[in-house]
Amino acid sequence: MKLFAELVSRLGTSTKTNDKLDALKDYFANADSKDKVWVIAIFSGRRPRRAVSASKLQEWCVELTGLPSWLFEESYHTVGDLAETIALLLLENESQGKSFPLHYYLEILIKIEKEDESVKKKFIVDAWSTMSYGERFVFNKLITGGFRIGVSQKLMVNALAKTISLNPSVIAHRISGNWDPVTISFSDLLSEQGISQDFSKPFPFYLAYALEENLDELGQPNEWIAEWKWDGIRGQVIKRSQQLFVWSRGEELVTEKFPEYAPLRNFLDDGTVMDGEIICLSNSQSDQIDFMPLPFGILQTRIGRKNISKKQLMEAPVGFIAYDMLEYEGSDMREKSLEERRTLLEKIIRSINQPFLRLSPLVEFNTWEELSKIRSHSREIGSEGIMLKRRNSAYQVGRKRGDWWKWKVDPLVIDAVMVYAQKGHGRRSNLYTDYTFAVKEGDKLVTFTKAYSGLTDKEFSEVDQFVKRNSLEKFGPVRTVKPELVFEIAFEGIAASSRHKSGIALRFPRINRWRKDKKPQEINTLEDLKKMLELYGK
Amino acid sequence: MKLLSFTEKGIYCPTGDFYIDPWQPVNQAVITHAHSDHARPGSSLYISHPLTKYLLQLRLGNNNYQTMEWGEVIHKNGVKISLHPAGHIIGSSQVRVEYNGEVWVVSGDYKTENDGISGELEIVKCDVFISESTFGLPIYRWKKQKEIQFNMQNWVLKNMEAGRNSVLIAYSLGKTQRILPFLNPVSSDIYVHGAIWNTQEALRMAGVQLPAVKRVTSDFQRGTIKSGVIIAPPGAEASSWVNRFEPYSLGICSGWMQVRGNVRRRNADAGFALSDHADWNGLLDVVKSTGAAKVFVTHGFQSSFSRYLNEIGIEAAEVKTAFGDELEEQSESQLGSEVN
Repeated sequence: MKLFAELVSRLGTSTKTNDKLDALKDYFANADSKDKVWVIAIFSGRRPRRAVSASKLQEWCVELTGLPSWLFEESYHTVGDLAETIALLLLENESQGKSFPLHYYLEILIKIEKEDESVKKKFIVDAWSTMSYGERFVFNKLITGGFRIGVSQKLMVNALAKTISLNPSVIAHRISGNWDPVTISFSDLLSEQGISQDFSKPFPFYLAYALEENLDELGQPNEWIAEWKWDGIRGQVIKRSQQLFVWSRGEELVTEKFPEYAPLRNFLDDGTVMDGEIICLSNSQSDQIDFMPLPFGILQTRIGRKNISKKQLMEAPVGFIAYDMLEYEGSDMREKSLEERRTLLEKIIRSINQPFLRLSPLVEFNTWEELSKIRSHSREIGSEGIMLKRRNSAYQVGRKRGDWWKWKVDPLVIDAVMVYAQKGHGRRSNLYTDYTFAVKEGDKLVTFTKAYSGLTDKEFSEVDQFVKRNSLEKFGPVRTVKPELVFEIAFEGIAASSRHKSGIALRFPRINRWRKDKKPQEINTLEDLKKMLELYGK
Repeated sequence: MKLLSFTEKGIYCPTGDFYIDPWQPVNQAVITHAHSDHARPGSSLYISHPLTKYLLQLRLGNNNYQTMEWGEVIHKNGVKISLHPAGHIIGSSQVRVEYNGEVWVVSGDYKTENDGISGELEIVKCDVFISESTFGLPIYRWKKQKEIQFNMQNWVLKNMEAGRNSVLIAYSLGKTQRILPFLNPVSSDIYVHGAIWNTQEALRMAGVQLPAVKRVTSDFQRGTIKSGVIIAPPGAEASSWVNRFEPYSLGICSGWMQVRGNVRRRNADAGFALSDHADWNGLLDVVKSTGAAKVFVTHGFQSSFSRYLNEIGIEAAEVKTAFGDELEEQSESQLGSEVN
């Protein structure tokens, strides 16, 4: 644990990618090999399930320190991170006990998940009593999750690549898919046999950056193909060894969640991998497109559920919009050109000819201006913009610039006034950065969304100052604020919602800009939002 | 009538007709220390410790100044006033006010650990204690100065090894003088921002012994130093001023660095939780040791700290003041841009 705590501390004491890479390299060179497997698991989102609830950790910390629980709460709101708050509040140990390796703690955490509270408490309290501040922090973090310390999976993969002299894309593939850090060894995880034995493994997804440059800089329009960008979940459908696997981009195996895909086990040949969008679909009356995606909110009713009712299958039918062919007849196609891969994909989808499996339609265009015009109609067919892919592009690993770009439609916007504020988390700890916004309804204000992002650090600290000076009331961590600051809120979609007072729910709300030029009287109304709901809420 | 009351202009003694750290111009101002949120311009008379006077002259220009040594007593309309070391920064003092046998103490800012340059905090017994609470939450418990010194020296040495400059962000008054003795043994190449240079000069004029430093002038070229140490006031790290030290690592010295989020928000490579304010235990110890029957809690986490004091049986109330770190930081960076 000491070595891992030191790694996390080193990762936290530099903003430079090279320093972080060095820290990871040193770790991989020196750590216990079971621990290394766990570090790979942790930094690729494979943390074990939460064995102990946050409220229990808090309770035990309060008990050990003898502080009143309201003071714990105040401290937590200031720190913005539960694991760190507990580590800061526990008194330093006079002497440190024996330190066990990382995997020791993680394996016990897994074991005690189903045990009585008293067993869990004893383990946690004993562990705390032997640890330094740094160890307690990472230990708590392993339990509460969310290891956000500026280490991406990509960085971890690059460090591994340097340590064991393999190509990063090979490593990215080998550590993908379904493996259990408890049972797999470091060498098996990274060996070639590992891959051939685990035929469920997806390929690392190729992700596009948002288009920032001028379209003309992309070259000739005919070097590119355009497709609609869908608002579902990116996924891979894999058929190998007579079995079907569906992976989401979060590298989660979701085959069981979407029984609609089960027939693909018969339709697809062994050695087939398709990349596409998991999305709710219905038949469309539009003549531009023969299917219509349902809003993301409908797909959301399916995510996170294992048992799906007949009613849900009717109301939220899931389909797959395929846009790439990664493996065909057992061969890795990723180095082939997009055009070649697409030709194969078209052939397969046509031959299967099922309504739940759709080919991502191409958007025909001759000039960039024309494409720009088509893009402005994206919302009408339930798309969030355009994907641009170079015809001769290979299927790369991870987020890369150059060959694939996403070009989203401009968001919907509405002017609103800030009415509540709460302190943020992580790097926004002790700053009021989480806001609730309201629109007008007659002479009243109706809250309709929260938004956490979109301002610069400087603007956040300005708003923070305003909140501290203009609070009207305090409810726990939330402050009601004089409704004075006007912001333009941008969002990608709007849907009816019975859970919100306003009757609407927004998709991806964020602050577009601070309208210092506007007075609170000039904000939009609930009526304006309802009109948008009618237009775009479907 | 209360001996001290909280008015719009600041803490006021009606019997003695003087203010303590007023934030608006008044006739007579007793000043605890020279940080800008405690020492504002425009008053007719400033009464302070002699070391504070030199710093007030730097910040507020020529005014009517009167000085008092620690423990020296003056009278205003029968009110006894004396200053006592607060351990916050050079010259920082608590103000003891006595009338008809009743004693009030205004702490100003204070810390309990003797930093070797600011004087050791004196516990002054009193009936009513007016305490700061900048770090009045139990998450703030400082490491010993020695340990932070060791960490900071290691950090600088590591940067040197990598051929990088070490840029340290520290208040020009207080924190800079505190870290200079840490840095002096590991680097002979210590540069300071103009704002810090001016403060150092004022302290030198006041007779304070300080390690030699060099000034970063406006014609300072990139590449002039490669593995040196640069000290700059808060705000400088976010300006183009620091670009000339590339490649560098950024370290911030402030109690706020106790929380990781703050280190990340300021985009620092290292955060040193070195504070000139008392930590949670320090605040509690001092409040208890004064024996005060009533405590007024000012700037910081006043609502949490006063609530906690009440729960452990010490009568306390929170008071809103215009003191606070933000102002200090703002004025530092403004000052920074003026003098470059």
